[in-house]
Amino acid sequence: MVWEWSIDGWILLAGVLSACSCALVGNFLVLRKLSLMGDAISHAVLPGLVIAFIVTNSRASLPMFVGAVIVGVLTAFLTQVITRHGKVEHGAAMGVVFSILFAFGLVLIRRAPGADHVDLDPECVLLGNMMQIGMAGFGGMFPTAITNLLIVMAANILFVGLFYKELRICAFDPELATSLGIPASVMHYALMVMVAITTIASFEAVGSILVIAMLIVPAVTAHLLADRLGAMIFLSLIAAAVSAVMGHVLAMFGPGWLGMKTTVASLAETSPMTAETSAMMAVVAGALLLAAVLFSPEHGLLGRAYHRFALATRIVGQDVLGWLYRGQEAGKHVMMRTEVIRVIGRSWQSRWALRRLQHQGLLDVETHESGEAGLRLTQRGRIQAERVVGSHRLWESYMSEHFDLADDHLHEPANRMEHFITPELQDELRRDVPDATRDPHGKPVPPLNDSLLDDS
Amino acid sequence: MLRILHMRRVLFPAVVLFIGAGEALGDVGGAMDGILEITTWGKIWRALTLVDHTTRVVVIGTTVLGAAAGVVGTFAYLRKRAMLGDALSHATLPGIALAFVILGEKRLGWMTVGAAVTGVLGVLAVLGLRRVPRVKEDAAIGIVLSVFFGAGLVLMSLIQQMGSGEEAGLRSFIYGKAAAMLTNDAWLIGVSAGVVLVCCVLLFKEFRLICFDQSYASSQGWPVGLIDLLMMGLVVLTTVVGLQAVGMILVVALLIVPAAAARFWTDRLGRMTVAAGVFGALSGWLGSTISAVLPRMPTGAVIVLCTGVLFLMSMILSPHRGVLAGLIRRMRLARRVADQHLLRALAEIEESRGEGTRVEESELWKMRSWSAAGFSRVMGRGQRRGWIDGDGRQCRLTATGRTLAKRVLTNHRLWELYLIRYADIAPSHVDRDADEIEHILSEGLVQELRQALAEETTIPPSPHVAGVGI
Repeated sequence: MVWEWSIDGWILLAGVLSACSCALVGNFLVLRKLSLMGDAISHAVLPGLVIAFIVTNSRASLPMFVGAVIVGVLTAFLTQVITRHGKVEHGAAMGVVFSILFAFGLVLIRRAPGADHVDLDPECVLLGNMMQIGMAGFGGMFPTAITNLLIVMAANILFVGLFYKELRICAFDPELATSLGIPASVMHYALMVMVAITTIASFEAVGSILVIAMLIVPAVTAHLLADRLGAMIFLSLIAAAVSAVMGHVLAMFGPGWLGMKTTVASLAETSPMTAETSAMMAVVAGALLLAAVLFSPEHGLLGRAYHRFALATRIVGQDVLGWLYRGQEAGKHVMMRTEVIRVIGRSWQSRWALRRLQHQGLLDVETHESGEAGLRLTQRGRIQAERVVGSHRLWESYMSEHFDLADDHLHEPANRMEHFITPELQDELRRDVPDATRDPHGKPVPPLNDSLLDDS
Repeated sequence: MLRILHMRRVLFPAVVLFIGAGEALGDVGGAMDGILEITTWGKIWRALTLVDHTTRVVVIGTTVLGAAAGVVGTFAYLRKRAMLGDALSHATLPGIALAFVILGEKRLGWMTVGAAVTGVLGVLAVLGLRRVPRVKEDAAIGIVLSVFFGAGLVLMSLIQQMGSGEEAGLRSFIYGKAAAMLTNDAWLIGVSAGVVLVCCVLLFKEFRLICFDQSYASSQGWPVGLIDLLMMGLVVLTTVVGLQAVGMILVVALLIVPAAAARFWTDRLGRMTVAAGVFGALSGWLGSTISAVLPRMPTGAVIVLCTGVLFLMSMILSPHRGVLAGLIRRMRLARRVADQHLLRALAEIEESRGEGTRVEESELWKMRSWSAAGFSRVMGRGQRRGWIDGDGRQCRLTATGRTLAKRVLTNHRLWELYLIRYADIAPSHVDRDADEIEHILSEGLVQELRQALAEETTIPPSPHVAGVGI
């Protein structure tokens, strides 16, 4: 497949423009939990397009555009009406409205006089006409679709720029917005109008599937990566643009790289296959989102899994230290490695924790006469262990004093809390129990060795 | 030049596609048009009596499908899973396309399996994404819907270039092609619908439990996850067999709309399930019959429009939750409130000037913020019901009117006193509150108020300083 800037350049531009316009308003849809409104609107505008076509009997852009915007806003309005007066849940109400309007559009297409031989087919609605835009620009002309997309992009930037503050408050706290005198419902419908306009202008070029994808996916991707609205919008625009560019490149070359060859008879030679650009853009956007879901530093699955693992390791390590300390109290200064692992449980996590403790110099491993590995606390290990056991026993004393728990029920909760009690909290507990040197079972509470604390 | 050639190759299938889409939207009636010269009535008769084999298959298939979708949709609707069905149906496309790519030919059975596999994957993806922080359910649905469908369309565009010419056939899954339903398809739908209905009957209690109180169900030891899985499985089954008939964009309507319509008529799950099944079946039957009779009517879309009509009628006409009933209730209340305001105004005047006083209507009008039309309506009503005597300029209470008026005034005063004594509200602020509640105080409540306030007199005196009142 040959890449020709005079064609592919326009396609890229159209893709980037529509993707970015959608992503811009999409941020507010996602934040307001209205993501599916874009889906509903882009399906529901079909009858608007067809009616405009029937009335004007032409495929002129403007009447179709107006018709579609009207039906788009009508979708939002009807959903609201059904939700409020029919007491139907919002999602279901949306489903009712858009599926019925879409069905109505399908019937109209078949019934419309002359619609049969005009290319007003639902196919365009799904996939758009990227190739046609490229063709229209072939030879240096400026495609109308690009002009439309530029206008819509400018309108979107203007809308978000002018009403940034209002949109932000409405997105996060509509009640606050109302109490500040910002008409939340006016903002809602203004947003719906912008979504409808963007949707329609974009799907003429790239199809409804890409519109839905771009309204939702880049915004969610950005939301996983950013905490501030400004940053979120910026990142969503980048995600949208990257999806558009990568989508087109992959659509052009991806199947070829996989070795897929077309076998259309009308061509003398076989050439690599190409995929539908707009569909591929949606797929790339999905892949970007998946990456964010996995790798986002704060909310990513991997990051959280790592944090959970690190915490679990720390807890198991502290359990090991506590166990060795209690052994020392009973006069056993060396304990068998296998026995410790058996007592602590979670064998592979204990092994990992043991290795870490050894690495940190908190315990020594020595070979016992029997040939087994024995564990012994180092000086530093002992201080750490004192802290853990101290937390445990102080917490037991505290619970026994204040919570009215039987003595044999104290160990389990203390075992959980001991890992989260800071030295400051220990001090407070010490002040709040009758005897800070003994726990309810009569065992001594180790003193807190502040000066030697090493929290590495 | 090669590029231009290539372009032609790309555009050529696009034209084929359009014709394919036209076919996909085909209809039974259209096929008969012009071939058989039958009158409209004849057509209707033939469609209703199911004489033609094709019509019979389509009508029975869509009716059964509608019933099954309505029943299983009820549970999905109540579990607020309605739009999940949309994600599910869109997520079937890559499965259908993949099955075609792997097999290299169109085999309905395997494509249905493929559809089910990616459909379930889509549902799982939604459920998984929902657990990622900051991803809300609606966003998760939108993401799965668009990305899976996009992946399906990528595969479709590749299939299109494989040159088998079968791609248009695959497209019927997107828009549905009920008119092309074969006997086998109808059997598939019939058997699936049977499975769905039997499961719903057998598991009715379990489904009801997790529809309304999932945490209670799990606390009672029910395997909530398993029941949920079964329910989703039934939704998947219905969706997948429905794809051929109504298409993946509209199949969600068969799940949601009959259930939402049925919700208007009853508060009991059993009745709602039956009603949704009946609505679904009715839509399926009506839709396929209409499209058999009239030319150029895509069956799937007409069926969905029928569900839409049923929904609209339910929403407007339902006696309890309907919009019309609500409007009538509100109008009646507004009328009663206006009547009682008039009566109370007269009662207060009589209280200060003695019974039987004639009052200038203009004076009465000024006592409340009545519009001119509203005032004359309320006066007219009062006279028709024999509460007041009036000659157009002056009026007074009749005996019946006086009894009623005194009761309204009593309610008003009692509530005012109650607010002052127990809610600690300043006397100057109680009038408005009492104004709103006086109309809906029941007889029993009035008795209780009397006892609580130890107020024995018929009409308690006004708590307001003389002259400040009403």
